[in-house]
Amino acid sequence: MTHATDAIVMEGVRKRYGEKSALDGLDLVVARGTVHGMLGPNGAGKTTAVRVLATLLRHDEGVVRVAGHDIRTEAREVRRRIGLLGQHAAVDEELSGRQNLDMFGRLYHLGARRAAARADELLERFGLVDTGRKSIKQYSGGMRRRLDLAASLITDPAVLFLDEPTTGLDPRGRAEVWASVRSLVGGGTTVLLTTQYLDEADQLADRISVVDSGRVIAEGTADQLKAKVGGDRIDVVVRDARQLASAARLFGDEATVDEDRRLVGVPAPDRMAALTRAVQALEAAGIEAEDVVVRRPTLDEVFLQLTHRTKEAV
Amino acid sequence: MSTTNATVLIDSWTMTRRELAHWQRQPVQVVIGLIFPVMLLLMFGYLMGAGRGIEGEYISFLVPGMLALTMVFGLEATMLAVTQDLGKGVIDRFRSMPMAPSAVLVGRSVADMFQSALSLVVMIGVGFALGWRWDGGVAALLGAVGLLLLLRFAMLWLGIHLAMLAGKPELVTAVQILVWPIGFFSNAFATPQSMPDWLGAAVEWNPLSATAAAVRDLAGVPGQLSGSWAAEHTYLLAVAWPVVLIALFFPLAVRRFRRLSH
Repeated sequence: MTHATDAIVMEGVRKRYGEKSALDGLDLVVARGTVHGMLGPNGAGKTTAVRVLATLLRHDEGVVRVAGHDIRTEAREVRRRIGLLGQHAAVDEELSGRQNLDMFGRLYHLGARRAAARADELLERFGLVDTGRKSIKQYSGGMRRRLDLAASLITDPAVLFLDEPTTGLDPRGRAEVWASVRSLVGGGTTVLLTTQYLDEADQLADRISVVDSGRVIAEGTADQLKAKVGGDRIDVVVRDARQLASAARLFGDEATVDEDRRLVGVPAPDRMAALTRAVQALEAAGIEAEDVVVRRPTLDEVFLQLTHRTKEAV
Repeated sequence: MSTTNATVLIDSWTMTRRELAHWQRQPVQVVIGLIFPVMLLLMFGYLMGAGRGIEGEYISFLVPGMLALTMVFGLEATMLAVTQDLGKGVIDRFRSMPMAPSAVLVGRSVADMFQSALSLVVMIGVGFALGWRWDGGVAALLGAVGLLLLLRFAMLWLGIHLAMLAGKPELVTAVQILVWPIGFFSNAFATPQSMPDWLGAAVEWNPLSATAAAVRDLAGVPGQLSGSWAAEHTYLLAVAWPVVLIALFFPLAVRRFRRLSH
């Protein structure tokens, strides 16, 4: 079901490049004023989806509405209401930060005076006043991304697309971008965020769509997705790596083994009872455990299970 | 409709300002761009003209050829600028904004035409300083500048189209290499009469030759427009060549730009 209040609607969207399907019937509904995470491995179709939504790429089939407007027939109306932060800085490298924002403001038809004022305002808000007159070439990666984000916000867009906003940034740059995104959400902007980083989706998104091979394979809140992999788990870390295989045998087919961490993972739907059984079984077998913990599954596990990929491939 | 037209104008001006701001930030590059054709003019003028003892006469022959050559070489500058732009994310931002899409190309063309006009002024000034004789009067001079800029405008749209066709800087290098023989395969440095018959006849059909011969005739150098059909219809060719190129490559370039979303 879609509603008039939905900021983004994609229904059965397909995009082919020759033989290859980039989007293979993608469905997505994002309610107004929420942050939606689109999670998937490289090549899953995330960027293609964002480029279709931002009117940069024409889809072959399906319905796409952004901020209440059809992107095919009302592209310009859509463009008035969106902001885009792509994977690569979409700013003019030759110009200064201020010149960039001023230029984009004029292209949003704010007029010369308001464009200049808005540029100053955004430089201030994103802590770029000191470097506003320097050429972008001299900016750090984090500063560039912040300027890029500022450029996406010139007209306070109703819908903001963030395509892997922190890819290639150091931890500090990442923290900067996360803080900026959080501050935006309070203002009522709808955000669609694509990411390969599970913690990023976990931290920022209200709901998450897991995308693989051009379609959504799971959707829900982070907690709902975590619940999908069967609830809580027990991690057993054995002291002696040579006992790893025999420890795994104690827990049967459902056990997963991580050799690097000397860890056996077991589903534990009944939590404490399962923990007691595990400790007793280890003791009986004479296997010494360094650590035994009950925990919620991570989004990593959800992701790996849903996409049927090995950890190495992600 | 009128608001759309106003938008195209405003956006085109904003995009032109962007190019001017690039120049302001890279004045050295601008100066080099202006000096390069002057260097070629001096080099050929003294090496070839003085070598044959016809210095003053040769300068009057050479300057119109060099002016036309400079317009053709503008192709490289346009291609390079468009290729570099397309390779950057900033074009994506432009395309995701409610601006007039044509403004990106219009801004490019206004800036390039402005640069070429400036280059012509410098070249013509240097030409006069070297002893270029102009017997044709001011109106003829303006007509000559008009023909030269028309040729540049054709090269502009050819350049935009080629840049989008290739999409990669590698093809720019290929065109940069090819533009030299095309430039030399003309009457810029030597009269077709001084070449073997077959070569002279081919050379006269080069668009560059038509513009150069027309400029020479406007300057009042006699004996330019006689002999072959091409020579006798130099003015027709000097207008028709660029017009045909523009009619061909302007719509192709605009279509390619629109189809970036496919």
